[in-house]
Amino acid sequence: VTRSEIQSGVLQALADVAPEASAETLRSDVPFRDQVDLDSFDFLNFMIGLHTRLGVEVPESDYSKLSTLDSAVAYIEAKLGR
Amino acid sequence: MIEFRMPSLGADMDAGTLVQWTKRPGETVKRGDIIAVVDTDKGAIEIEVYDDGVIERTVVEPGQKVPVGTVLAVIREAAGASTVPEPVALPAPSSAARARPVSPPVVRPAPSAGAKRISPAARKAAEDLHVDLTGVEGTGPGGSVTRPDVERAAARGRGPAATAPAGDHRSAMRSAIAAAMSRSKREIPHLYLSTTVDMSQLLAWLAVENEKRSVTARLLPIAALLKAVARAATEVPDVNGFWAEGGFRAGPGVHVGCAIALRDGGLVAPALHDVALKDLDALMRDLRDLIARTRAGTLRSSELADSTITVTNLGDLGVESAFGIIYPPQVALVAFGRVVQRPWVVDGRVEPRPLMTATISADHRAVDGRRAALFLDAVNRWLQQPEAL
Repeated sequence: VTRSEIQSGVLQALADVAPEASAETLRSDVPFRDQVDLDSFDFLNFMIGLHTRLGVEVPESDYSKLSTLDSAVAYIEAKLGR
Repeated sequence: MIEFRMPSLGADMDAGTLVQWTKRPGETVKRGDIIAVVDTDKGAIEIEVYDDGVIERTVVEPGQKVPVGTVLAVIREAAGASTVPEPVALPAPSSAARARPVSPPVVRPAPSAGAKRISPAARKAAEDLHVDLTGVEGTGPGGSVTRPDVERAAARGRGPAATAPAGDHRSAMRSAIAAAMSRSKREIPHLYLSTTVDMSQLLAWLAVENEKRSVTARLLPIAALLKAVARAATEVPDVNGFWAEGGFRAGPGVHVGCAIALRDGGLVAPALHDVALKDLDALMRDLRDLIARTRAGTLRSSELADSTITVTNLGDLGVESAFGIIYPPQVALVAFGRVVQRPWVVDGRVEPRPLMTATISADHRAVDGRRAALFLDAVNRWLQQPEAL
């Protein structure tokens, strides 16, 4: 899995829960929650989307490591052992 | 013969537009079947039938807007079927011991294989935007076609000039909320109580539980909050039900209206049915489904008419406490705030603890402060024993 595939998987999983999130306007170094309206149920569904699309299982204790697009991609890259 | 009437889908609705019949004259229907789609201020709603029988004839045509209570169709009763009274009719209040038949659980048929599922809102949007639904790919629950799918298809087909008719719906919803809330503040003498809940037991239990679970099966605090409300409402039934015709009528079961914000603004509080009877896994599953369908515009009539108490959770927005306005004819609304780390005295020592403010707004005509206080105390007590939820 390439970095850009991971990135597009993350963006798709985000768009599934927040259709207004657009890849063009989303800033990769700013927390998702500051740019997109995500409640705790949306965030859990986002984590489930990452599991479905990319096969990563994110433990609850690691949620804070996926707060931005950049950090989420880096976390998943490491997790997939690239 | 049974007259199937335009249902009231909440205190704020006085008319609805028939969008389509999903069953035809001559077809057999069972209680809980979706018979029609009606457009309301809350979007297009799937209307369930209350009786078993055969549709004799339809009276109202698609496109017609009619007042609540108008006969939409005539249904011939199934032989030997007992008729369950429609919930719209509110019986006169009497003693607290009045027993009302509990509605049997509504069994919903699974969508037939191969048939494309299209949400009523999507169907309406397709009609408005002149989009052919056969070419639209569904991205909603179970691959169903949702309103955004249709809007995207319309935008692709007609270029950037195509606009969605969402503005109309939003302003209609605003008016509906305004009407219901104005009526509430005009008619209901609200009383307000609040308490502070130590959330450390619940959060610690959830962390351990979620550690063992795959991400797809994790629990959120909201599931426990809803269950605690339902448990407490079972113990103190005074807060669970309706004020109608000058008296209180207890709810048939605990159907919790969950305030769900729509992504493009607006608010709907559809009912999560029989919360007291469901475990936390079932509540997670059903709440997820309810949120998805609320946002996709595929709610069912029973979900808009059945709530016996409402819960709102503003904690995710950083708000510490909220005192809500009761949704008539209900008699109580429970609000939860954000969980904050604060000093708390435990066994004579100050400790940092995750604390949450829980409040209740109650209709003083139906409930006294003492009973509302007992209820709120019961919510707190249940949250201290999460494994028992």
